[in-house]
Amino acid sequence: MTGLKEILKRNTMLIVLIFVMILFEVLISNRSNGFSSLFKPTNITNLINQNGYVVILTCGMLLCILTGGNIDLSIGSIVALVGAIAGVLIVNWHLNIYLSILLCLGVGLLLGAWQAFWIAYVKIPPFIVTLSGMLAFRGFAWLILGGMTISSFPDEYSRYFNSYLPEPGNPGATYAVTIGVALVMCLLSIVAQVASRLKKIKKQYDVEPLWELLLRLVFGAFVILATGHLLGKDKGIPVILILLGVVVLVYWFFTNNTVPGRRLYAMGGNEKAARLSGVNTDRLMFFCYANMGFLSALAALICVARFDTANPSAGLNYELDAIGACFIGGASAYGGVGTIFGCIIGAVFMGVLNNGMSLLGMGADWQRTVKGLVLLAAVVFDVVSQTRKRAN
Amino acid sequence: MSSILLEMQGISKSFPGVKALSNVNLRVEDGEIHALVGENGAGKSTLMKVLSGDIPHGDYEGRVIYDGNECRFYGMKDSERVGIVTIHQELALVPTLSIAENMFLGNERGSYFAMDWDQTYRQAAKYLAVVGLDESPHTLVKDIGVGKQQLVEIAKALAKKVRLLILDEPTASLNANDSQKLLDLLVQFKKEGMTSIMISHKLTEISQISDHITVIRDGSTIETLTRNVDDFSEPRIIKGMVGREMTDRFPKRESHPSDIGLEVRNWTVYHPLYPGRKVCEDININVRKGEVVGISGLMGAGRTELAMSIFGRSYGARISGQLFLNGREVRLASVQDAIANKLAYVTEDRKGAGLLLASEIRENTTLANLPRISSRRGVLDKDREIQLAKVYTEMLSVKCSGIEQPVGNLSGGNQQKVLLAKWMFAEPEVLILDEPTRGIDVGAKYEIYTIINKLVADNKSVLMISSELPEILGMCDRIYVMSEGRIVGEFTRAEASQEVIMASILKSKAGAEPAAAVQGA
Repeated sequence: MTGLKEILKRNTMLIVLIFVMILFEVLISNRSNGFSSLFKPTNITNLINQNGYVVILTCGMLLCILTGGNIDLSIGSIVALVGAIAGVLIVNWHLNIYLSILLCLGVGLLLGAWQAFWIAYVKIPPFIVTLSGMLAFRGFAWLILGGMTISSFPDEYSRYFNSYLPEPGNPGATYAVTIGVALVMCLLSIVAQVASRLKKIKKQYDVEPLWELLLRLVFGAFVILATGHLLGKDKGIPVILILLGVVVLVYWFFTNNTVPGRRLYAMGGNEKAARLSGVNTDRLMFFCYANMGFLSALAALICVARFDTANPSAGLNYELDAIGACFIGGASAYGGVGTIFGCIIGAVFMGVLNNGMSLLGMGADWQRTVKGLVLLAAVVFDVVSQTRKRAN
Repeated sequence: MSSILLEMQGISKSFPGVKALSNVNLRVEDGEIHALVGENGAGKSTLMKVLSGDIPHGDYEGRVIYDGNECRFYGMKDSERVGIVTIHQELALVPTLSIAENMFLGNERGSYFAMDWDQTYRQAAKYLAVVGLDESPHTLVKDIGVGKQQLVEIAKALAKKVRLLILDEPTASLNANDSQKLLDLLVQFKKEGMTSIMISHKLTEISQISDHITVIRDGSTIETLTRNVDDFSEPRIIKGMVGREMTDRFPKRESHPSDIGLEVRNWTVYHPLYPGRKVCEDININVRKGEVVGISGLMGAGRTELAMSIFGRSYGARISGQLFLNGREVRLASVQDAIANKLAYVTEDRKGAGLLLASEIRENTTLANLPRISSRRGVLDKDREIQLAKVYTEMLSVKCSGIEQPVGNLSGGNQQKVLLAKWMFAEPEVLILDEPTRGIDVGAKYEIYTIINKLVADNKSVLMISSELPEILGMCDRIYVMSEGRIVGEFTRAEASQEVIMASILKSKAGAEPAAAVQGA
């Protein structure tokens, strides 16, 4: 069955992820005699809360990498700086929450645009510009906070980033609503995919084999319903999950279905050819790095809400998490190749790795070692399979 | 009669889709200067790559016998060990290193872990003196001119104990004075016993210094001329280079040119990096609707640069002059402007600047005109994309497994068709085709010519740049000849012949280089 082999090959990372999850589950329940589990409802909620920022940053980082393997090192520092500004505006100055959020996102966009200008129009290598940003923005965060932390954000603020739907209190209602939403999502995804298939058949385009569609639908439904079930047994739907869903959908649509998205892939695939085809590569580059600043600000708002503090050393190494997630998720280190969903799988993979190793009681020393080696393995796998493909 | 230093017997080499060399024989005597001539793409450089081991033993058929022994070179290192050194057309020097460092790059003085800098600089100075270059070995290569860089290349070859020196177009980028110096040097080395093989388009230089001339055409040896036995005059050499029959290699076409579609007036372009250097100077050309106009010339004549500067200023600096499309003056500041004004440029560098090799035929086809398959807000209509990509793929009869096949897996001819499809998808009125049949086989060429004929039948204007004279003569209604950044001739189809075009190029070169011409006469 060549079709099945092809599917397995295309979804290697997903299969590895499932395998790793099962492996962790076995190890963890053995160690704790069935008391602890990767799939415990509270742990799933934790996974989402702990890794929300990675998913958001990964979406932005993928765009930068698509331009030609360029990365952004400054995002952790932008998270700290925007977090510091949020602390000052909301806690110290008691500014209106919505205005504060807007201002913070605006600052992120500005910081991104500042770097994007040097990268896209003065042609300074992104590595250097964002390294400078990494140092300077972090320093600025220290300046603003004077080396202190600001804490106790008002409930009115954390409601938007760190609460659950429906309102806690009635476990039965929580479960009913959560599983209900999951069912609706399931139905929507099935209807959308079937409709697209029918439209294709009507216009006599090639369609994938039916069993492939069914496999995908069943798998998707299983993941959505299982997540809904587990979340429902805990606190309900985290608000942040909705935010993540929206961000992922928007960036998926952008990369997949819009003209600038297509041009971004073309630019990474062959910059010369793209330019000779009328693609304004400078403008695209500017957009990607400005956008990265914006998403970093969004991540900052989430982090501030989650830790309930603005801390000048927040966001440390976040850039590395995002870069790692992209490469593990199949983005090419040379640009032009990589999908949003692939990178989300990469981000989840990193999250599961962190979470699973923590549950196993492994120290930070081992966690870092393992993560580092996994990243290398993923990229080596990508490069080797690419060269083998070319040799055939 | 001196002894034979090198004999290449029955050399054949194929690249995917093209036969580059077929049964080539070359005999080079010890201590001579042997010239290798032929049109662009005739196979001269490929032959030299076989000799230097750049194409390793086993990748070609035939035998290479050097100094009485059959050779099996697996890389440049092997051939350099026995004293065969190649100087490439594009100089292989590192600009940020000093002359001495460049000279011994890969051949360092001292031991592996301890460079002997005194030796390096002393020996460098010695070789610089031999080639007559009055520069300190400490000078960085980027700080000296092209002529001097060429001399550094030769000094570098000498440092490798060269016995057989291969020069690929050594004077292509040199002015008359530097060229003459280089030729004198070669003659002097010859007296000292060194053997040279020189590839050149400058026939005056060749007839001036070489002892034998081997002519290569379409990947085969045609003849070898000997000094004082055969006629060394330019017309005689040209006849060998171009003399081939042309029967039905070009599809027939009725020509009905109408209004002027593209006109360029007083177009001057400067080099983007060297502020004083003019790449195109005072160009005046026009192309009518329903007409194929050719630009002929040697490599480096400035044809591609001219085309790209017209195409939304994608090449060059300080571009001046006027551009008219359909009789209306336009200013195209960017490629986007050019495409919007229905101009298309199909690059000569199919793989490097034309296609996204890892992407599908579909994505390549639509890239230059994405608005055609998207809503006004920029959302792609993928169904329409599939539909149109199929239409264009079938229209140009691209041989593929489907529009989802990656372009990198197609043959050269089919890649070229996809590239043409991409630009036809942009719905242009004027197409500039730069070397549209480079590196593809005869059958695919015929198909490309048929497509070009269809385009002009639809009243489009086609400006075709080609280094292959038969193609220019077979396809074009009118021909401009370009040399060293200028238009040096214009011929109608009736007036033009290979000899006339070659002669007008060479005449312009002779005019620019009086010293070489006088001595060659």
